[in-house]
Amino acid sequence: MSLRTDSPLVDPDVIARVLAKGRSTGAEFSEIYVEDKRSTSAGLDDGKVEQVTSGRDRGAGIRVIAGDTTGFAHTSDLSERGLLAAAEAAAAAAKQGDGGVHTIALQPVFRHPVNTIVQFPDTVAKARKVELLQRADAAARGVHGAIVQVSAGYGDSIKQILIANSDGIFSADEQVRTLMRVSVIANGDAGMQTGYNSLGHTIGFEVFDEIDVEELAIRAAQQAITKLQARPAPSGAMQVVIKQGSGGVLFHEACGHGLEADLVGKGSSVYRGKMGELVASPLVTVIDDGTMAGEWGAIGVDDEGHASQKNTLIENGILTDYMWDYIRARKEGRKQSGNGRRQSYADLPMVRMTNTFVTNGSENPDDIIRATDHGVYVAKLGGGQVDTASGDFVFGMVEAYLIENGEITEPLREGNLIGNGPQVLKDIDLMGNDFAMGGPGTCGKDGQGVPVGDGCPTLRVKSMTIGGTAA
Amino acid sequence: MSATVDDLQAIADRVVAQAGAGEQIEAYVSRGGETAIRIYEGELEHFVSAQSEGVGIRVIKNGRTGFAYAGTLDPAAIAEVLADARDNVSFGTPDEFAGLAIPDGVAQIPQKFWDEELAHYPTDKKIALTKELEKLTLGIDDRVRVDEANYDDGWGEVAVATTTGIRESGRGNSCYVSVSTLADDEEETQTGFGFSVGDSPKDFNLRKAAREASERATRLLGAIKPPSKRTTVVLDPYVTSQFISILSSTLNGENAAKGRSFFAERMGDQVADPRFTLVDDPTNPLAYTATDIDGEGLAARRNVLIENGVLKKFVHSSYSARRLGTVSTGNATRGGFAGSPGVGCLAMQLVPGTHTQEELIASIDDGVLIQMVSGLHSGVNPISGDFSTGASGMLISNGTVGAPVREFTIASTLQRMLLDIVAIGGDVDWLPSRAHGMSLVIRDVTMSGT
Repeated sequence: MSLRTDSPLVDPDVIARVLAKGRSTGAEFSEIYVEDKRSTSAGLDDGKVEQVTSGRDRGAGIRVIAGDTTGFAHTSDLSERGLLAAAEAAAAAAKQGDGGVHTIALQPVFRHPVNTIVQFPDTVAKARKVELLQRADAAARGVHGAIVQVSAGYGDSIKQILIANSDGIFSADEQVRTLMRVSVIANGDAGMQTGYNSLGHTIGFEVFDEIDVEELAIRAAQQAITKLQARPAPSGAMQVVIKQGSGGVLFHEACGHGLEADLVGKGSSVYRGKMGELVASPLVTVIDDGTMAGEWGAIGVDDEGHASQKNTLIENGILTDYMWDYIRARKEGRKQSGNGRRQSYADLPMVRMTNTFVTNGSENPDDIIRATDHGVYVAKLGGGQVDTASGDFVFGMVEAYLIENGEITEPLREGNLIGNGPQVLKDIDLMGNDFAMGGPGTCGKDGQGVPVGDGCPTLRVKSMTIGGTAA
Repeated sequence: MSATVDDLQAIADRVVAQAGAGEQIEAYVSRGGETAIRIYEGELEHFVSAQSEGVGIRVIKNGRTGFAYAGTLDPAAIAEVLADARDNVSFGTPDEFAGLAIPDGVAQIPQKFWDEELAHYPTDKKIALTKELEKLTLGIDDRVRVDEANYDDGWGEVAVATTTGIRESGRGNSCYVSVSTLADDEEETQTGFGFSVGDSPKDFNLRKAAREASERATRLLGAIKPPSKRTTVVLDPYVTSQFISILSSTLNGENAAKGRSFFAERMGDQVADPRFTLVDDPTNPLAYTATDIDGEGLAARRNVLIENGVLKKFVHSSYSARRLGTVSTGNATRGGFAGSPGVGCLAMQLVPGTHTQEELIASIDDGVLIQMVSGLHSGVNPISGDFSTGASGMLISNGTVGAPVREFTIASTLQRMLLDIVAIGGDVDWLPSRAHGMSLVIRDVTMSGT
């Protein structure tokens, strides 16, 4: 992402002294992560713009590694005194050996140029942001008289980060994010149903030149209206067709987390020891790509200062690599993969996904539906959850339909689907040619949330368990 | 709260004193710290020691609300936050019900939130007890590995002041240990966890945490995917706590006012089995989320929400109460300085029954004991009431616990589940959650497997 200023958040001479202080108790590695984030959000609910919020989060996290021990301290005081105190605390936490004097020469690091920001959100009047919400509200309510409630949210943030470490890395990035979401409630004879739609990109306010806010809101409203007629979802195992886009969540849960090297290293992943083996249908190629321009998980550098990368994890069904951060890569004597991320300066980095997706196959998506006798078509996925050790995972279907004799028929009420990651990957028997990315996601791990993207073409799993109530 | 935090209160007071004519201001100032220790294979994997602070300012003028926050108490930054909040006011839609809480004369019930022993507990002993937890967990069953053993503590100080006369401050601290486990059997691995909470580390029951973490993982070894059918479920106390927590949003007065709760038009109706009485009581010191004030600075209080299955009350902040022409129940919630107040239950508790889990199971011919659920955020919709979660546990047949099962879902609707409650256990567990737990028996739930 483009940097508007060359002046670093903290003076490089101060950084060098802070890094040296971090190693003063004998640790072999010290790192500073500085963040200055300004955000604006606005919420509309019940027809009213309830509140505009301005936020400022600024601080630094100091990480010191001695052997297998990590010490970490963070502070909102960016003065040299504040940073040295944090470095001393982190060093004490990782204390080992006699210490000594270390001099560190900092070298700028290549930053992957993700995309150019045309209109930085802090240069846009708040009134224009609020207006988007009002347009969304009006559009959603205009869809149908059964729409009884609309809530819409807008958010943007500009996060400047600086990362330097005792290996000499010195890198900076400016991460811009723009987000909008619409939630709708429709009321019918069988009770209330909900619709939801969102967009999020790592670009500026120019995103609204291309994306129609009304269209976003109308889709959410239509989803709620359609579900008013929904029947209970079936119960039990059947064929499942997953629509392009949000279906990428399936891979985030079925294999994404299990391919994070920290979980693999501790033996809490079903994919441990499977490198080079066939772990999925040959139709499946899974990529994690932090360089994907404009996508929600795109980053110029990761939160350890390493340039983002495009990494192939599974190629034609064969496991080709895990995702790596500094600690795990160092342990294995290999390169990082640009997957060391953290929620904020107050958090330790760990292995995280960026934009995770499955590449195109050859089938026409309509043919996939036509080839399915009896199953469920999941048009929009919600979140999911995985137990990486057993591989069991769930994901929610927020918009789904029955497939009968090759045709999409009745809408279904919400529920979870459950499966076992390695089994589901092998059970993918049709892969579409209509790849798309889904909406913005927040991935939670060990208490930290980071922005991620997911995507896939329309595909079919020959058997998965639908968690509904209908026989 | 139990103690005053003079310097934070002074900062809040100074912000509020700057209010102009016709302007309501609320300042929420907080400071906190944490220690996080993780042990892996007998060694310290990480040690986190950190402090943070910040201020959130809400300004209301002519029915319009603006908010801003910053993660610092630097005076220049606070001035900028106030200016931002004032600027944001102009973009809000006028709302006749907008406004800050006004002192209502309800007395706070004193509780103890600060533990001196924890505040001075030495770091090396925290590390030692975490190592002990890992060792105890490993000593129970050869098939069990420890994924991580953790010690976490935190302290916080907060002050709030408003132009309407709210002026409250206090501090609190707490700690817990947790351990997560992996149990292996040939190609199969299952996971478990255990934890212990206390005012200070002297309250920890490390042996119990270790035993539960080991048993949770090993119990599931050899688990199969069960056939689909309708059955009776026994929710473990930990799962019941999660189930009860979901009801918070349906009992939220703001959601009721905005037509976002399926209970909105049901006041006085029989919405649950007559055995079901649900209270929200943050004044109960046994509750993990006990508090003496709510997020707006009003006294926390005991509220009976569902009594013998009849819907009696929604919880309210001052805003939602004004909208529905009632009074605050002391249920404003707040996610720290970066958030403005919302509404929610603070410490949910079911009136317990008398039976143990074993006795409840003994009365069931055919059912399943649910030990874990997953995907509560993705498969449960508190607005429509649709309920579907991933689950694992043990089959029950002829009154005894049998084979372990996994990779299935349980589904119904929240509305039906409340009416389908068959029994409530007496095995109350004060979990680190906003709802306590006990065994809960619900009939006619769909189990989806093969």
